[in-house]
Formats: sequence, structure tokens, C-alpha cells
Amino acid sequence: MDYHSPASFAEASALAANATGVTRFLAGGTDVLVQLRSELVTPDTLIDIKKIDGVSDITRNADGSWTLGVAATGAEMSEHPELGSDWPGVVEAMDLIGSTQVQGRATLTGNLCNGSPAADSVPAMVAAGVTVSVTGPDGTRDVAVEEIPTGPGKTSLSKGEVISAVKIPARGDNAGDAYLRFIPRTEMDIAVVGVGVSLRLDGDTVTEARVSLGAVAPTVLLVEDCAKAIIGSTLDDAALDALAAAASAACNPIDDKRGTIAFRTEVAGVLAKRAAKIAYARAKGEKA
Amino acid sequence: MALDDRKTDFTFVGTRPNRPDGLDKVTGRAKFGADMSAPGMLHGAILRSPHAHARIVKIDTSKAEALKDVKAVVTRADFADVPFKPGLAGEFWNVLENVMAGEKALYDGHAVAAVAATSALAARDALKLIEVEYEVLPHVTDVDKAMAPDAPVIREGAADYSVPEGMHPNVVRYHESGHGDVDAGFAEADLVLEDSFVTEATHQGYIEPHACLGLLGNDGKGELWCTTQGHWIAQKTCAALLGIETSQLRVTASEIGGGFGGKTTVFIEPVALALSRKANRPVKLVMTRSEVFRATGPTASASMDIKIGMKNDGTITAACGEFRLQGGAFPGAPGDMTAMCAFAAYNLTNVKQIGYDVMANRPKQAAYRAPGAPMGAFAVESVIDEMCNKLGLDPIEVRLKNAAHEGTKASYGPRYERIGLVETLEAAKAHPHYSAPLKPGQGRGVSCGFWFNHGGETSVTLALSEDGSAQLMVGTPDIGGSRASMALMAAEVLGIPYENIRVTVADTATLGYNDVSHGSRVTYASGLATIKAARHAVEKLCERAAAKWDIPVEAVKWENGCAVPSGPNAGDFDPMPLADITAKMGRTGGPISGHFEATPEGAGVSFGTHIVDAEVDPETGKTTITRYTVIQDAGKAIHPTYVEGQFQGGAAQGIGWALNEEYIYGEDGRLQNSIFLDYRIPVASDLPMIDTVIVEVPNPGHPFGVRGVGETGIVPPLAAIANAVSNAAGVRMKQLPMSPPRILAALKDNG
Ligand SMILES: Cc1cc2nc3c(=O)[nH]c(=O)nc-3n(C[C@H](O)[C@H](O)[C@H](O)COP(=O)(O)OP(=O)(O)OC[C@H]3O[C@@H](n4cnc5c(N)ncnc54)[C@H](O)[C@@H]3O)c2cc1C
Repeated sequence: MDYHSPASFAEASALAANATGVTRFLAGGTDVLVQLRSELVTPDTLIDIKKIDGVSDITRNADGSWTLGVAATGAEMSEHPELGSDWPGVVEAMDLIGSTQVQGRATLTGNLCNGSPAADSVPAMVAAGVTVSVTGPDGTRDVAVEEIPTGPGKTSLSKGEVISAVKIPARGDNAGDAYLRFIPRTEMDIAVVGVGVSLRLDGDTVTEARVSLGAVAPTVLLVEDCAKAIIGSTLDDAALDALAAAASAACNPIDDKRGTIAFRTEVAGVLAKRAAKIAYARAKGEKA
Repeated sequence: MALDDRKTDFTFVGTRPNRPDGLDKVTGRAKFGADMSAPGMLHGAILRSPHAHARIVKIDTSKAEALKDVKAVVTRADFADVPFKPGLAGEFWNVLENVMAGEKALYDGHAVAAVAATSALAARDALKLIEVEYEVLPHVTDVDKAMAPDAPVIREGAADYSVPEGMHPNVVRYHESGHGDVDAGFAEADLVLEDSFVTEATHQGYIEPHACLGLLGNDGKGELWCTTQGHWIAQKTCAALLGIETSQLRVTASEIGGGFGGKTTVFIEPVALALSRKANRPVKLVMTRSEVFRATGPTASASMDIKIGMKNDGTITAACGEFRLQGGAFPGAPGDMTAMCAFAAYNLTNVKQIGYDVMANRPKQAAYRAPGAPMGAFAVESVIDEMCNKLGLDPIEVRLKNAAHEGTKASYGPRYERIGLVETLEAAKAHPHYSAPLKPGQGRGVSCGFWFNHGGETSVTLALSEDGSAQLMVGTPDIGGSRASMALMAAEVLGIPYENIRVTVADTATLGYNDVSHGSRVTYASGLATIKAARHAVEKLCERAAAKWDIPVEAVKWENGCAVPSGPNAGDFDPMPLADITAKMGRTGGPISGHFEATPEGAGVSFGTHIVDAEVDPETGKTTITRYTVIQDAGKAIHPTYVEGQFQGGAAQGIGWALNEEYIYGEDGRLQNSIFLDYRIPVASDLPMIDTVIVEVPNPGHPFGVRGVGETGIVPPLAAIANAVSNAAGVRMKQLPMSPPRILAALKDNG
């Protein structure tokens, strides 16, 4: 196994482009090292991106948007004084991952690129409209988070491409987000269903919404019909029921040891309602 | 048998000092199974079957053996020829077959070969070079399917004499017991309820995986260091499996990171010794968590039918049950125990119970706290709860009305001596928990539970030092704070401070035979042995004082750590402290020690009653346990904190078993959840504070009144939680675990 710790993303990209066999980037390592030790994936090349300048920075840009370095950890996000008041849903979703120890290492980018349909931060990022910068042999481009996963363990990144930054849009006024997941226990578990909701209000009426589902299909989903169900409403019972129905209808889950198809489909609707209510309350400036 | 030398006033017993091993454990100084190393040590790894049932056609180890880092490869041929006998009579053969497969791999994870190499990585890599040719056979993992006429036969001839003719060969033992006339009893009932229940296998879930270091020479002399609940059984079994003399193998028990019954047998220990004998070097073997799940004892899974008749006033007129337990590909599922314990809490005129021990293509079940009893209690106590609901009766009143007491003929045969079931029920009724209001969406459940408890072969030696301190050697590995309890009991007899007594779990070469730390026997049996050994030493101390004072030994008694004249007629001498006697012992007759070697028989059965509140989310089926109270008879709590720990641990494990823990097999017969991510034991935040009430109804069979408490605590939780959940959800849950998908489906079925 070859281990590299490049000083720039261009170098990281070149190393990956020229590597043979199995390549992994090493961010927090909470997936990579676990998979290595359990002999699921033994990389031939390991490229540690944590030595690149600025990779742990969390920056609020002049326009109110945010740029996060790809090695910023869950703990650093939770402890940031302002990020959580702009994007409580994204921060909470990341904070749900693992234990205190895991929080000290795990990153948004690692969670995204590991490609698990149940990854907790991904539905929250999709709902929030997060994009990532992808640096490759041909330069850098911006890609929406929902374009990255293509199936369990698979991403749309091609050989030599590395994510170099995470960009969260400006929150703006009268808006809120939330993420909820269902697990059979209270922590240290993997989502059986995950729902991210972000919305904006004009008065009591929802004017913009993005709803994303996790763990109910081969990839995290951005569900237009869910957004349609609540846009224009005051999130009354009829709108919530329509939201739940749209969420359940979008599910394409599997029966497995973690949950049945019927269960996932039903609970996706339940959580969509509950997450929407929290996001709505937050948009109104209420504590939730 | 009642003892006439009972004690009821205590100085040390009943206090709560820190455990002597506590500092070692919190500072990392304690040595667990994987913490031992030896010069020249090799690392072992085990190749395991990926098939649930397959004939082993050929094993080619030549490529692995050719590696320079590999120093030995073993297969079944490297073990002794232990003769096959049916049922549990052939337990050595069963263990051998489990430790290393013979003609067939019998479950996913069954060991088929092992290597020892210069590093753990090299050993793992070498496994990949071993070529095994399998002929895959049809498999069965479900207990009811394993009994069906068309089920694949796991092993012909494994059934013992007890099995009635015409049963499938996978049924290997049969138990039937009871008394009275159940048909007549059902005829007298106002309400008869019949129902069926299913529980999945669960793992003991100890945090420390199995680990050992073995050294065996070609001269037949060996050393073994391992994490175990009983090193003498490890010694005896390994010696038999390797064809060496028992006494030539010295076994030392490491500190143990949990066992719960699962470390009462051997898995990797004989393999490490076989590898060592071949390589002529020490070999260390450490299981991964996945190996622990796939190849060490989970508990049995169960399928059960219950029928109970009750009068309108709650009197039970008759009860019968059929209990089918699946214990993996070997005899040993505790169908008999389930049957015997199921109705043991009740004073019944008419009762009948049948138990089956059934084999299936799963790992060999191992004991798990009160093996077999929790499943039976789940089925029986669920039916009683449902009957209380139907008849509008209070569940504790109904249990009190039918409760067994001193003199009751137990459902499994004997008459009870003094027992404490009624006291636990009275305490439950009086507990504020039982009358606390419930919020909407919450339900309350209660259940009783019973376990036999065990005595077992026991040896203890207590040696006094010149400075007046004492060293106590016991042979029962400390799995729950027993060293503290032993020191308290010795302190009580000797009259010297707790801190002046060091308790050591001695190795097999240092002490006589000891049974395993199981059957809730340690505080009872090693405790009784400690008291007797201390009294033996006290006799000698009194003799020395008598000689010094020149009075008869009968005129000396032992009080507060001193020899004193027994009365005014005996003479006027100042009390002679223990340390004064031991300071001169070399000159007054030599070292002073006390011994005990026997099999205490008066373990004293134990009962408990649990109260649980649960809240069910009607939209997701998720259960939260909001309040939990354990009430159990401890006879006498030697160290109350560790008694409470046993109670709380039972509740915590019961919550896991009831709500989320289960062995999940795919269509292919392979275990799908062999890591803690998907095998869901409760995490700390899943549990409420678990309240405890220690009831003390002294056991007549122990000098201080002790009853074992290690196992009864796991018996009521499954039923108590199921009753709480069923009452909260408004639908009777008959299958464990009550995972959210199952509860949500039950709610939907119920409309
Ligand atoms: C105990 C435990 C509990 C966990 N609980 C949860 C949970 O509750 N929810 C959940 O969703 N996950 C959970 N996880 C999984 C894991 O912690 C998360 O997926 C985490 O966010 C991964 O981040 P990382 O930085 O550690 O990724 P790494 O392990 O470093 O990398 C993961 C993947 O991302 C790729 N990668 C990393 N950085 C880049 C980059 N810059 N460009 C391109 N590819 C990159 C790597 O090649 C690798 O394939 C848990 C893990 C553990 C060990």
C-alpha cells in the first residue's frame, strides 16, 4: 500500500490519476480505516488530503454563503459559533454521525463520497442546496451534491477527481432547515430512513422548499413532489399529508436486516412531516 | 438442609467498599485475554465455513504451509480421537466437532482449519491460500422447520434415549414433567387462553472477544492463558481434545470482560494448543467480533405454545406448555430448563410441560444467564397478562394469588424451602412505580421470574501472613465483583479489615478443582467455601491462643478479630489479636491456613418481579423504556452495589433482547448481522435509570443466607417489557424482538 500526503489538490488529483488498483482519499478515515481493518476494501494507494492548506477552514463568505474545507470535522462544525444558526439541519445531520471520537474525525465529504445511501449528512446537504468543488486533471468545476452519488458505494467522480471544497449557499431570510433520521436505538446506529427539509416562508406561506430522502433508494433522493406538496401552503394538515404521501411514493427501498420495504416507505412519510414542521418553526424564528 | 451456624448480624457484609480490581481496570493495568504475550509467540487465525451446511470434500493446505511466515497449519486430523456418543453424553465430542469441523461444516462460521504465523497479518493472509472443496448441502435454521419431516438431517444418531420414536433426527432430547390433571383443570376454568410465541437467538454480547495464549510441547506439558468463566473446565476439555493428561496442562484465567454464560466452554483454546504443539512455539489467538457472533454461543431460539385456565377471581386452574428450542448443530438447547422454569413461580394443582432440544444449522448455543428460562417466562407471563386484561384483574394481585411459597410443590417436582417470591410481589405492589400514573401512549408490564441456582464443586484456600493480612485463593473467575464479596465474607469471619485481604483467582495448578463461574453459584458456593475456610483458620488461631494461655481450646472463642476466653470460668486473659498470633506462628506450630473442598448443595432458588413502563411511537413503532424497576430476592446481599449491578445488567440485557437483538439469517443460511452495528445491543442512552429493590429472604443453605443473583434478573424482562409494549400499543406482541418494523406491522394489522 502506498501512502501519500500531497500539499495541493492538483497534486492529489495527479497522484490519483496515475495510481493503479484501488485508490482511496483519506479524510477522517472513519470509513476508509474501518473498511481496511475489516478487509472489505484494502486500498493500493491512500492519499491523505489533510496536509493541504486550509482544508479544515470553515469560512463565511461576504455574500453570506459558506465554504468548508474537506477535512473540517463534525466536531468543528458543531462548535462553530454561527454555522449552526444558519444551517441547523446540516450541522445536526453531521452531528448525528457516530460517537464523540468519530465526530473528531468524520467529514461531510467523506460521508458523501463513501456513497452510502444511508449517509446522514447527505440528505441535509441536498435539501440545503450544497455544491462541491471537484478538482480533476482538467481543472475545477462545481457539482450539486445530489449529482455525486450514483449507487451504493459509487460516485460520479472519475479517476483523478477529488473534492476540494464544500459550498453551502447563503441562508437568507425567513428560512430554516432540519434533518431527522429513524434508527431503532437512540444513537450509534445507521439510518433506516433519513429526511432533510429546507424551506423559505413569506409570512406563513412556504415559498421555496427542498426535500431529500435517505436510505430509501440506491442513492439519496431530491424529491420534487414533496417540495410541490408544501410550496404555497401554510404547512396545514392537508399539505403535511400530501408531503407524507409524496415522500412514501418516492421510496424505492430494499427489504433488509435494517428494515422492511413497508416500514421504510411508511416512516419516510412520517419523518418528512416531522422534519418539515421543525424547518417551518425555524423559518419563523421559533426554537425547534 | 438448614445450617445451624447461621449468622444475621454483620460488620463487613452488607457494606459497599470499592472492588479490589477496580483500580487495575480503570487504569488499564488489568490483563485481559488478549493482553498476554510470550517470547517467540506466533499469531493464529482460523478459516471458517462460508456455508450453513456442507460436506468437506478436501482441504488443501499446501500453499499456506509453503509460506515462510507460516509455522503450522492444523485441521481436524491434528486433534485427539474423541469417541462419538449421542446427546450430551458425548459433550467432549460435540465440543471437538464445534472447535474444528470434521466431515461437514455445520453452520456459517464453523472452523475448518487454522494457521499460526509470525504476525497476525501473515496468518490472515495465509488463510486465503487454504483451498477447501465443499459440497453444499440443504440447510435449516428455524426451529419449527428443523423439526418438520422434510428437514435436512444434521447428524444421524445424535438423539439420546429420551426422544420418543417417530420424531425427526434433529430432535435430540425430550423432556416432560408436571403433576395433576390438566384436562380436569381446564374444565374448571372460567377462561382458557391458548397462544404461541417465538423468540430469536441473541448473543451474550460480552465486550471482550475470546482470546488466549497457548503453549504445548511434544512432551504433553502445556500452559494456557485465556479469558474464561472456568479454567478447570477449559483444562479438562482441552486435555481431552488434545489427548494429554489433565494435570499436565496448567490454565490461568485472565481478567474477563464479560461472559454471561458464553465463556463456560472452549472455542479457540484447543486450536491454539494444537497449533503450538505443531509449531513448538507459543500461539496467540484472538477472535474478531464477527467471529464471536458467527461461531460462539448465542442463546437458543424458541417457539412455544401455552395454554392456561383461570377462574374469574384469577386462580389458575391448569397450565401447560410446549417449548421447542433450537441450539445450533449440536445437542444442548435448554428445552428442559425452559419447560421446568416456565411455571415455577406458581402454586399449581395441574401443570404439564414439554421441552424439545432441536438441532439446526447455527452455531452451538452456549449458556446465557438462566439458560432457557427467559423465553418460557416471556410466553407464560404474556398469557397471564392477557388473561388479567380480559378478566379485568390486577396483574400483581393475580400473581400473588397464585404465587409459590414455602412448601409449594414446584411445577418441576420438588417442594420449595423458604423462598421470597411473595415478598418480591408485595414489594412491587408497594413500590411507588406501580402506582405512578402513565402518560397517554405508555403501558405498564409486570412479570415474575425464576431460576434454580447452582452449588457446584468448589475449592478455596485461605492463608494468613505473618503481619496479620490474609490471602484468599478462589477458583471461580470474577465476572461480577466476586472478589469484593469474598473479601467481605472472609473479613466477617476473621474480623480483620476488608483491605487486608487479597483475593486471587488461582490457576489450575495452585488449587483443587472448581466448577465454572455459572449458575449464579460464585457468591453462594465460593462464598460458603470462603466462610468455611476462614472458620477453619480461626479454629487454628484459637488453638494457638489456647496453647499460649494453657487452657482447653473449647474455652477460647473468636470475637472481632481476636481470640478471647469464652467465659469468666475460662480465665482472665486480654484479647489476643489475629496479628499477634500470626506474628509468632512460625514458632508456635507453623503456617496457618484454612481450606474448603466440597460441593455445596443448598444453593436456594431465586425469584424476582420486574415492573416496566414503555412508550410506543404509534407512527414508527419505536419503543422507549421510560421506567424500570427490578425487585429480586438476594437472600443476603453481601455487597449490595454489585447485587444491584446484577439486577440492572439483567434489565439492560433484557431490554436489548426484547426490543432489537436478534440473529438474522439470509436465505443462504448465512448470518447477516455479525457486527455490533447491525446486532443492536442497547447503548447507554437507550436505557432509563434502572431502579432496584433488594429483598432479603435468607437462604437456609448458606451461612449468611446468600442466594445467587446472577441469572434470575434476565428472566422477567422479556415478558415484562412485552406486556408493557403490548399494553401501550394495544396489540399483543408474540414475537421477539419487538423491533419497530414488527410493532408497526402489528399496529397496522390491528387497524
Ligand atoms: C462508529 C462509527 C459510527 C458511524 N456512524 C455514522 C452515522 O451515524 N451516519 C453516517 O452517515 N455515517 C456514520 N459512520 C460512517 C462515517 O463516519 C461517515 O461516513 C463519515 O462522514 C466519513 O467521513 P471521513 O472523513 O471519515 O471519510 P473517510 O473514511 O476518510 O473517506 C470516506 C470515503 O470518502 C472518500 N473521500 C474522502 N475525502 C474525499 C475527497 N476530498 N474527495 C473525494 N473523495 C473523498 C474516500 O476515498 C472514501 O471512499 C460511522 C462510522 C463509524 C466508525
